[in-house]
Amino acid sequence: MKARRRLPLDNATEVNTSQLAYGPTEWDDYDVPPLTTGLSNEKMTMWAFLGSDCLLFASLISTYLLLRNRVGPDTDGSTAAELFDIPFTSVSSFVLLMSSLTMVLAVTSIGRGEIERCKMWLLTTATLGAVFIAGQVYEFTGFYREGLGFTTNISSSAFFTLTGFHGVHVSLGIIMLVTLWSLISRGNIGAERAETVEIIGLYWHFVDIVWIVIFAVVYLIP
Amino acid sequence: MNVVTDSHLEGTAEHEDHGLSDLGYIKIALLLAVLTGIEVLTYFVDFGVLEVPSLLILMVVKFQIVISYFMHLKFDNKIFSYLFITGLVLAVVVFAAMATSLVFWTDPAGCDAGRFC
Amino acid sequence: MAITEEPPLILEIESGETKPSTGAFARPTNAKGWRAWVFTVDHKKIGIMYGAVAMFWFLWGGIEALLIRSQLLTPNGTVLTAEQYNQIFTMHGTTMVFLVVMPLAAAFANYIVPLQIGARDVAFPRMNALGLWIFVFGGIFLNLSWFLGGGPDGGWFAYAPNTSVTFSPGAGMDFYAMGLQIAGIASLVGAINLIVTIINMRAPGMTLLRMPVFTWMILVVQFLLLFALPVITVALVLLSLDRTFDANFFNVGMGADPLLWQHLFWIFGHPEVYILILPSFGIVSETLPVFSRKPLFGYSVIVISGAAIGFMGWGVWAHHMFASGLGPVSVAAFSATTMFIAVPTGVKILNWIATMWGGKITFTVPMMFSISLVSMFTIGGLSGVMHSVAPADTQQTDTYFIVAHFHYVLFGGALMGLFAGMYYWWPKAFGYKLNDTLGKWHFWIVLVGFNLTFGPMHILGLQGMARRHSRYGPEDGFDFWNLMVSIGAFVILIGMIIFAINIVKTWLGYKAGTIEQSPADPWDGRTLEWSIPSPTPEHNFDYVPVVTDVDDFWHKKYQKDENGKLRKVADGNAIAQLGDQHPHLPSPSYWPIVLASGLPLIALGLIYTLWLTGIGLFVLVAAIYGWSLEPHTDPDAGHGHGDDHDDHDGDHSDNLIDLPKDESTEEAPVG
Repeated sequence: MKARRRLPLDNATEVNTSQLAYGPTEWDDYDVPPLTTGLSNEKMTMWAFLGSDCLLFASLISTYLLLRNRVGPDTDGSTAAELFDIPFTSVSSFVLLMSSLTMVLAVTSIGRGEIERCKMWLLTTATLGAVFIAGQVYEFTGFYREGLGFTTNISSSAFFTLTGFHGVHVSLGIIMLVTLWSLISRGNIGAERAETVEIIGLYWHFVDIVWIVIFAVVYLIP
Repeated sequence: MNVVTDSHLEGTAEHEDHGLSDLGYIKIALLLAVLTGIEVLTYFVDFGVLEVPSLLILMVVKFQIVISYFMHLKFDNKIFSYLFITGLVLAVVVFAAMATSLVFWTDPAGCDAGRFC
Repeated sequence: MAITEEPPLILEIESGETKPSTGAFARPTNAKGWRAWVFTVDHKKIGIMYGAVAMFWFLWGGIEALLIRSQLLTPNGTVLTAEQYNQIFTMHGTTMVFLVVMPLAAAFANYIVPLQIGARDVAFPRMNALGLWIFVFGGIFLNLSWFLGGGPDGGWFAYAPNTSVTFSPGAGMDFYAMGLQIAGIASLVGAINLIVTIINMRAPGMTLLRMPVFTWMILVVQFLLLFALPVITVALVLLSLDRTFDANFFNVGMGADPLLWQHLFWIFGHPEVYILILPSFGIVSETLPVFSRKPLFGYSVIVISGAAIGFMGWGVWAHHMFASGLGPVSVAAFSATTMFIAVPTGVKILNWIATMWGGKITFTVPMMFSISLVSMFTIGGLSGVMHSVAPADTQQTDTYFIVAHFHYVLFGGALMGLFAGMYYWWPKAFGYKLNDTLGKWHFWIVLVGFNLTFGPMHILGLQGMARRHSRYGPEDGFDFWNLMVSIGAFVILIGMIIFAINIVKTWLGYKAGTIEQSPADPWDGRTLEWSIPSPTPEHNFDYVPVVTDVDDFWHKKYQKDENGKLRKVADGNAIAQLGDQHPHLPSPSYWPIVLASGLPLIALGLIYTLWLTGIGLFVLVAAIYGWSLEPHTDPDAGHGHGDDHDDHDGDHSDNLIDLPKDESTEEAPVG
């Protein structure tokens, strides 16, 4: 396993070696100098992507907030807010929150080389995520039966689009977690690639914090 | 041209020197659960005028906790924070501006679906 | 002592055939032929392809412009029907913005940035290829609309509800919405790649404030892309959901607010115009010092004002909406912020002028294009400031006055800068300079034609000629200036034909051996890309330069003597690297183009039949998995020149990260 070393700049003081990238990176096999900051390219990529995703969800949330009570001459049906089942959604939210915990535990366990434990936590996280999605599906089919579909009115379009985007993000996360689990099982990813788990974890936590905002702003705040 | 070799840092990736222990993370999760509980309480109990502010504050606190601890930003290099926080701040400020423009400062005569304002 | 690392786990390679690797298919290994381009992950080839495809779209966007000008040559023109006119001007704008200027900037960013920071390639070479192919397919997809029912007709800004199915029933707007989403993914992927590359792969000693200004501007642009693209993605998704799945976002009967589209679009759209101009600002910040033989005046000020423009660009978007009924408070606020943003831009103009002032100027073709950017952009900026005064804008908006403004800044600014870059960096990329005489003809004819085209538009606008109208009447009094404008457009065409002739002639001449090969440093440049051979060797740098200063390469050539005078101590071509090393390079890959091909299938399916979407999704997912499972290096890969793999120094690592060795006393790159 190669540690990336950060070079001292000319006349610079001691190299800060406490923040080193670890594990194979895209450039590990090639003849390149160490990375400038000593940080991992892949991790930086994920953080940049998450910063970008903030704008995506901010646009969707703002759109929902703007449109949620709008009515026009053709409006029919209730707004989404009128059909919320807060206790049910609270349980879903709690489940997603706990999945963040299990994700962290997956990261720490592979960091310690505990492969089997990591796999267990990864599966748990994926399962909790799936439970969350199942809850969303149940909730949405319930709304649909009560007359609130995607195309019913502007409030419902906005609601389903926002939560749908979030749900797709969660689902992609579940797929990534399961894939990760299977790659670890096959031996493609071991302790020296622990960072891969961490990076997927970052994505998963992001999906969780977006839900924290959605739950507060869409469901709870009147 | 000197080159630093740091032999004590070879070996497997470890977070022992920064970040929490497993127990620490579980405590954080419990804290998050409690905060969520309080949020949900606003549905059952009337907080009156405090409802919206407390929900917002709780939301921000939970957000901050997950980012700093679960996502490790508190312990990681500042560059990651800059990357993410820039996006976050930009998102909040720009869309707050859009919202105020659309909601508060429209035609003083009011807005209804019959006219565009 | 150079950094020693464990020899990579890569098997030592034998020359000869490839055995299937652990990826799903054997990786491509071709060094020549079309496969060397289609499967490449080399940033230089990718940059050249971005540029070539962009020039193709430039031709097409130019034809669209000429169609517009033919239609408007005379009152009540009959070249185009109103419906056709709507499609043509929509696609002219969309093409020029998304398929020409942005990819040309990407071409330069991809080719030049790694060279300027002393890197081997970008952080994620396969992802770089992915961005290219997604862009290629996105552009093709967008223009398929012409053959499948007609182009989009809602303007490049696509205001909803005008672009909803009720008012725009053809499939054109669907092609627009999905085509731009596809292109947006390309730019996003490229942005992330370049951000990580610039932050994390700089040569030792190159702090951020020693980076060339071009790289700085590209960095700012990538951040703008990173944060602006999601907003237009949402806008386009909402539009697509309305059009394809009957959502109600822009259904006024359901209570929709048309301003929502405008806000979302322009929150993207304004940073977008800075995305369009900042790369060219970066280019001229490179050429002006070189051809004035003076350092850039106020390096840190230029860098900071570039960042300031990027930052402040987020606060001005509603100046595109002054006449939309925002209300007086919003209008006043955005009017003020728009005036403020002129300040950092003005600072840059002044600094460029100060750079030239007192310098020893050579009027090479890149220099002429650069100077024209400074002057033409200033004119465009002046009209821009006039728009910022909201009451005045109420008269100017939706007239040709605005058209004049943005063409002065986009053509006179961005495009002139990009031409400067082409002439400047052509020898680095291709190994020979473009012909100087033809270049000068190109420049002057284009400059005259450009001013003849867009100058009179100021007058027409203030006379009241409206934008986006397919015709004007004989009673309007616009005849004379429209005639001038249209003539100007065809003069531009002549200039561009000369440019095309230049490219072909010099290429043929180079192949025939009648045009001399350029040395590493044909312009006596200041930045690192001139310290390696022309054309750039595949591996870029033999060994990584160690940087101690801004314009580090210049300082290796010119140093102050004891009287403080600058003296030439070395010739650039003498101290340039030789390009004779053979380090490991990232292997080519099929997956980027395969993955990219899934996207237009998904989009076509959403317009026509979901079966296509399913196939596209399958291709996408399969490509993602294939890509992830493909090792970063092909274990059977060579060193990039198809040469054998003898262990050059017997240490079994063939490690060529050759930082200057400790025992040597020189720091300068050794020729």
